[in-house]
Amino acid sequence: MLLRAGDAGVLFAGTGLVITLAIYGWSGDQGDTAVIRAAGQIVETASLTHVQRFAINGPLGTTQIEIEPGRARVARDPSPRQLCVKQGWLTRSGQAALCLPNQVSVEIRGRTTVYDTLGY
Amino acid sequence: MTHSVIELPVHADDRRIARLAALAIGLTLAEAALPSPVPGIKPGLANIVVLLVLMQYGWRAAAWVSGLRVLASGLLLGSLFAPGFWLSAAGAVTSLGVLALARHLPSQFFGPISLSVLAAFGHIGGQLALAGAWLLPGIALIKLMPVFAAAALVFGAVNGVIVARFLVSSGLDKTIQQKT
Repeated sequence: MLLRAGDAGVLFAGTGLVITLAIYGWSGDQGDTAVIRAAGQIVETASLTHVQRFAINGPLGTTQIEIEPGRARVARDPSPRQLCVKQGWLTRSGQAALCLPNQVSVEIRGRTTVYDTLGY
Repeated sequence: MTHSVIELPVHADDRRIARLAALAIGLTLAEAALPSPVPGIKPGLANIVVLLVLMQYGWRAAAWVSGLRVLASGLLLGSLFAPGFWLSAAGAVTSLGVLALARHLPSQFFGPISLSVLAAFGHIGGQLALAGAWLLPGIALIKLMPVFAAAALVFGAVNGVIVARFLVSSGLDKTIQQKT
């Protein structure tokens, strides 16, 4: 009688604890607002609650930003390499998509602001 | 000038605790030689000894063995009173505290596996609490907690199975059940 009933319970509870910690520790902070900048200046601050579209003008043309509940992305951009478009949907606080040639950026913010980088 | 003689009587209990503590220290040293991907994640083989002592000789003996193990392995590994030593001590104290409560669980349902897993969680909990309060105050530990907890679960279960198998193969499980 190696594994008794309570042992199985303890193992289940332990697994539950590990999963809870993983979800709590690794999920990160869900963002709730998108901050849109053009040439470094904030042009729009939109909450991620309902579907919205913004067209931001930059030196190369128009960047289209799409916002849906809980996420935001750059839908179209005139930049040659399309890096900010390829980043796809942004959901977590601190995530950002930069369209450098067109000088437009989208940044997600949550309840707590996170750091871009930390140097020790 | 008179010679005063201080006699320290050595009981059979003392010898037994010393022998078992030596076993635990040996396992700790052997384990220290194993490479680990993340510092702090260890199988905790010495807990097998502590658990066996707890089940056979009671909590006081287990606390002695655990305390002596932490102290002596600190001396032997050269980490006495270094941060690693305090982490180890915090883990041992918490794990003994958990075991003091957990050993009153009905042994009909809760065997050595439960005790081992709970002790392993106590161990890692104590270490993380001290590390969070003293060494690494901040949020970085939260990201590591799932890894440590998973290691505690796995190694705790494995050690518990080893203890249970040992008790069965040595016939000690029957004597323990008679006692309780």
